[in-house]
Amino acid sequence: MIGVAAAGLLLFHGRIAGISGIAGGIFRREPGDISWRLMFIVGLFTAGAVWSQFFPLDYAVEIERSTVALIVAGLTVGIGTQVGSGCTSGHGVCGIGRLSKRSTVATVSFMVTAAITIFVVNEVLGGSV
Amino acid sequence: MKVKIGAFLGGALFGVGLAIAGMTQPAKIIGFFDFFGNWDPSLAFVMLGAIVVYTPVYRWAIRTWQRPIWAPAFSLPTRKDIDARLIVGSAIFGVGWGLGGYCPGPALTSIGAGSQEALTFGASMLVGVGAYQLFMRVRERRTGGAVDPQAAAMVDG
Repeated sequence: MIGVAAAGLLLFHGRIAGISGIAGGIFRREPGDISWRLMFIVGLFTAGAVWSQFFPLDYAVEIERSTVALIVAGLTVGIGTQVGSGCTSGHGVCGIGRLSKRSTVATVSFMVTAAITIFVVNEVLGGSV
Repeated sequence: MKVKIGAFLGGALFGVGLAIAGMTQPAKIIGFFDFFGNWDPSLAFVMLGAIVVYTPVYRWAIRTWQRPIWAPAFSLPTRKDIDARLIVGSAIFGVGWGLGGYCPGPALTSIGAGSQEALTFGASMLVGVGAYQLFMRVRERRTGGAVDPQAAAMVDG
């Protein structure tokens, strides 16, 4: 389904379905390039709002994270995806799907640091930050 | 209008796909990387599944299509070089993904689902995105306004 949505965005809009890229472009404020991005994100919101009515457990958190940890994590993801120009969808799915060497390197990079971070949180800090 | 509706439907389909795949459950993301605890490999199948669908469509489209249905041309990444920004930026992203358990798509769709954690994470994420883009815009203006979208904007996704 993720693949189908990404393929649809390519065939109809000619765009890469990278969420961090779609979000980043809103702040660049290029004329005529904002509304489709906003609508895509409204679509994401709506999917969550509707789907969670039927399948609330699909959005269960079940990990212990303080507000501070969530804020630091959010800022890190926001800045990191812009500096590294992509996230799981843009690099991990579309980029690897395009057989892009850049995206493959980026995906390895964020997978490795995610694994290290989770190792530290779970094994060193006892699973809660 | 159809472009906007199409983008909305694309986002909605993507969002439902993320939920079905389990990407909106931080515990599942943590489980995928928890090689020393209860390793849950399902995320690998999610990414693999999406790539398997996407790759043939992409290759077929760029070879045989002159243009996408609703746009005058494909807007696809052109850069091939691997630089420090790509690696370091992605590394920073990975730390946040591991710490919070959300990557950008799941965070945004989970906000719609009413998750407090996703809202805290997602709002901070948008602050990070906005701050970086603002910083780049100011820098572009300082350096003479030579806006090179390929250098400054999102070039990969």
